[in-house]
Amino acid sequence: MSHRLLITKTPKCYVGGAFIRSESGRVMALHDASDGFFANIPQCTRKDLRNAVEAAARAGPGWAKRSAFNRGQILYRLAEMMEARAAELAEAVALGGASQAQAAEREVAASIERVVHYAGWTDKYEAILGSVNPVASAHFNFTVTEPMGIIGVIAPDDSPLLALISLILPAITSGNCVVALASNTQPYPSILLGEMLATCDLPGGVVNLLTGLRSEMVPTFATHEHIRALSGAVNAADRKTLKMGAAESVKRVRLLKAEEPIDWFDDKMQGVEEIRALIEFKTTWHPVGA
Amino acid sequence: MPKTTSKTNPARELVFGDLWEYDPAPETADPKLKQRYDLFINGAFVAPKKGSYFATINPANETKIADIALADAADVNSACIAAQKAFVSVWGKMPGKERGKYLYRIARLLQDHAREFAIAETLDGGKAIKESRDFDIPMAAAHFFYHAGWADKLEHLAPGRKVAPHGVVGQVIPWNFPLLMLAWKIAPALAAGNCVVLKPAETTSITALKFGEICQEAGLPNGVVNIVSGAAETGAAVISHPLTTKVAFTGSTEVGKSIMRSLAGTDKKMTLELGGKAANIVFDDAPLDQAVEGIVNGIFFNQGHVCCAGSRLLVQESVADEVLAKLKRRIAVLRVGDPMDKNTDLGAINSREQLAKITDLAKSGVTEGAEKYDTGCKLPAKGFFFRPTIFTNVSMSHRIAREEIFGPVLSILTFRTPEEALEKANNTPYGLSAGVWTDKGSRILKMSAQLKAGVVWANTYNKFDPTSPFGGFKESGFGREGGKQGLLDYLSVV
Repeated sequence: MSHRLLITKTPKCYVGGAFIRSESGRVMALHDASDGFFANIPQCTRKDLRNAVEAAARAGPGWAKRSAFNRGQILYRLAEMMEARAAELAEAVALGGASQAQAAEREVAASIERVVHYAGWTDKYEAILGSVNPVASAHFNFTVTEPMGIIGVIAPDDSPLLALISLILPAITSGNCVVALASNTQPYPSILLGEMLATCDLPGGVVNLLTGLRSEMVPTFATHEHIRALSGAVNAADRKTLKMGAAESVKRVRLLKAEEPIDWFDDKMQGVEEIRALIEFKTTWHPVGA
Repeated sequence: MPKTTSKTNPARELVFGDLWEYDPAPETADPKLKQRYDLFINGAFVAPKKGSYFATINPANETKIADIALADAADVNSACIAAQKAFVSVWGKMPGKERGKYLYRIARLLQDHAREFAIAETLDGGKAIKESRDFDIPMAAAHFFYHAGWADKLEHLAPGRKVAPHGVVGQVIPWNFPLLMLAWKIAPALAAGNCVVLKPAETTSITALKFGEICQEAGLPNGVVNIVSGAAETGAAVISHPLTTKVAFTGSTEVGKSIMRSLAGTDKKMTLELGGKAANIVFDDAPLDQAVEGIVNGIFFNQGHVCCAGSRLLVQESVADEVLAKLKRRIAVLRVGDPMDKNTDLGAINSREQLAKITDLAKSGVTEGAEKYDTGCKLPAKGFFFRPTIFTNVSMSHRIAREEIFGPVLSILTFRTPEEALEKANNTPYGLSAGVWTDKGSRILKMSAQLKAGVVWANTYNKFDPTSPFGGFKESGFGREGGKQGLLDYLSVV
């Protein structure tokens, strides 16, 4: 039997529950380990980012209203989707570099474990972060958490799958929506992740994944007023740009230093403190009386 | 003859005119003030290096009370170095149990000196003595007492993780609740094991510097608390000093944003408690007399110098006329005047600048087409005063419905459905607080869930408690003060 010509995949970004090319029509060429052409990946623009924020804004209220149990099941299904395609994900992380295959497998495994970890948090963090407060007056006073809304996630170049998903998960666990920019140098795993997000029952628009140049997108992440918090790992110059922009609308900022080594595998990179960074506390004074 | 049973005039009113005026009931105890206040640095009162002082006046009669030291960058530097030294050598490594005992002492000493602190607060800031006596000072002591008990239990704040203090915390506080804001800042910072450099507001430094005397009486180790009085430049020096690894600020959103910008290139931790334009929402099933008390408390408490003031009243249309009539009758008996008089409800506006700002915004209400009503009550000839004022016919686009006035000015809007109330309440860049008045518990919970505000008061307003986290959504800032949530903002999770 003669070799058939393989069908190559056109990488598309997952935005608003659909797979899109950049509105600009621009692409970046991706190469494999032997420097051969692999695929063209969308080079998204600020306009794509604004469109993604609109998609997140539409999805937000519905996602925040889902029951904690439901959110947990959806996250767990994401883990199922990733496990089934773990080999493919590992290939995407290594992108043809056989020498990195083992590290890539480890990264994929850690990513799936992280998804399961947060799937278990959806209906538990509230009990740890919230409180009933024994005020001195006749009120039932309680503090509950609420999602902030739309979170801008900016992934570092390294650990292209594990870092990206470690930043996304704590945000969506509590009902936030995410607009994320993937690794600049290794964006392909985010394309596959989008396909898994699309098939795990997560409502479209809850997570929106863009590929493109950080340098082009950072100013818009910084100043877009509908993005209520920024979470990511970026260099010093980008941190300053993001924080300056955040001041304009008192945006919450949680940024790690991309110029320093970050051990994304560390268990400290996950958990209720990560969730806490992306929620608001609301305190209600409810009267007590007949 | 007006019909006494109509909704706009719900009950007979006994009108005495000025037949029986209240006798003056001035508070006369000695606040034990000094003529000159120096900076409190490293456990001692020290003169500012440049020898500059500024006068602080009583806003109720514009007379000078004392000279206050003006700290410059060099003084702030000394304070930060003292705080760092105290953190490294004593406070940071002291067992929590021992730190807690110092805080308990401070709480007790504040209670001992409550009366003189209340008088000092009222003299310097203009608030009614009944408020400084019954609210500010007791609540400040309560905050120290509450946080004292946390000092040896910090590991319960972040289950499964370890916590560590930041080191030196730089704190800048406003003039509306001078000692209470100091307590909100210093008590959790110290309980967590930090040392502080605090700058009080320019117009209200006295109780902060008197607090230095309390620290001395408590035997607090030198340098744990440092108070540097001054103006905006002093605050900027505290915030930008390299030793202050965490910054906590309460004040206007405008200044909060400038702080965020000034720290953009640093790794400093920040909590900001900024402005507000809270909606106080009255449904038609609410107990209206109680609601009217809550409306009055919401906007006229502390002359409206409250970031979480209920400055936008949203009344359901079907009861709007009745609420307005009751409200007008209620504010007619509010007593505006000498803050030292125990019968005074509204004292002096804190400063000439603030009075000008309130006057300007109230004027904009008139020029933009809202209807102004005030009681026309007599105001003292000297000092800064403003009559309790309400605006009807207000639209969402008016400045008085959008901008924080920080004075005794209420804007009244109406709504028909809960959805409309939510839409209007949330239509603001602020998100500090909100009020809901209704007889239905389920409606309280649903409204609370949908209001974009950090604190929601149901059938009450302007309630505070050390156990209850306070802080905002959106442009009202981030971080909380009070409760376990607020305390954790003074620690890093490691």
